[in-house]
Amino acid sequence: MAAAVSVPSFDSVNVGDKIGPATFPIQRINLVMYCGASGDFNVIHWNERIATAVGLPNVIAHGMFTMAQAARVLTDFVGDPSRVIDYGVRFTKPVPVPDDDIGTAVEVTGTISEKRDDGTIVVDLNATANGVDVLGKARGIVRLGD
Amino acid sequence: MAINRDFIGRTYEFETPYQVGREKVREFATAIGDQNPLYHNVEAAQAAGHRDLIAPPTFPFVITYRAMIGAMGDPELNLNYAMVVHGEQKFTYSRPLYAGDEVVVDSVVADISVIGRNELLTMEQHVKTLDGELIVTTKNVTVSRGTAPQEG
Repeated sequence: MAAAVSVPSFDSVNVGDKIGPATFPIQRINLVMYCGASGDFNVIHWNERIATAVGLPNVIAHGMFTMAQAARVLTDFVGDPSRVIDYGVRFTKPVPVPDDDIGTAVEVTGTISEKRDDGTIVVDLNATANGVDVLGKARGIVRLGD
Repeated sequence: MAINRDFIGRTYEFETPYQVGREKVREFATAIGDQNPLYHNVEAAQAAGHRDLIAPPTFPFVITYRAMIGAMGDPELNLNYAMVVHGEQKFTYSRPLYAGDEVVVDSVVADISVIGRNELLTMEQHVKTLDGELIVTTKNVTVSRGTAPQEG
């Protein structure tokens, strides 16, 4: 018997509350897996020779991979991912992923910026890699429990 | 050469249905490192009130990407794919996307604009069931680097 998901109630949160920070490590293997899962095999996500030839510092993570990592701050918080009803970002800086045993990491913090009358909250997300902001206007709308 | 402005407002129907498979949802969730049981365990999803596994919030890009490549590949649009980067992405859900859903996509060229030397191609896409029920609307901004028409 699977346990029911525990969803935070609307009344239990306040504007200004922080969610996270959470750190998501990224290594080359993660990009290769994301290529296969998403169908996006653009060479800049797995071929260092070509990535550097077109002027990138290294192989870079898919923007959509970084976006998926940032979303986990929302989905881990609410438990039931279908309660994230709106989610948008701008891709402001690439996330280079070196070919070593460490890779890089994206650190994500959410801030509740608004509570709406319809029982949803607006969460602004900040995502950095190596201290640089990699997403802009990253924001999710989440429907909380009663 | 600049992107063809005549394409603003044009709609592309991607009629080949895409079936959201349980194993694809699990594979995608594993690739993003997420072990949320509602992506992996049908019993857990049903206990939470869902009819099947839920697709992660950004999963629909797997579907809309295919449809978008079709629209962007139209030679008359004049988009040089080697010059593009992903600028912006948004998902607005009407209802959850489930394993087992069979969907089609329409892609609307919402806007083509210029910022500095770059051009921005904004596409709005609708992921719908075969019966026409809207599941998710996505907005995608593609940046075409350095292709803006020169002044004078």
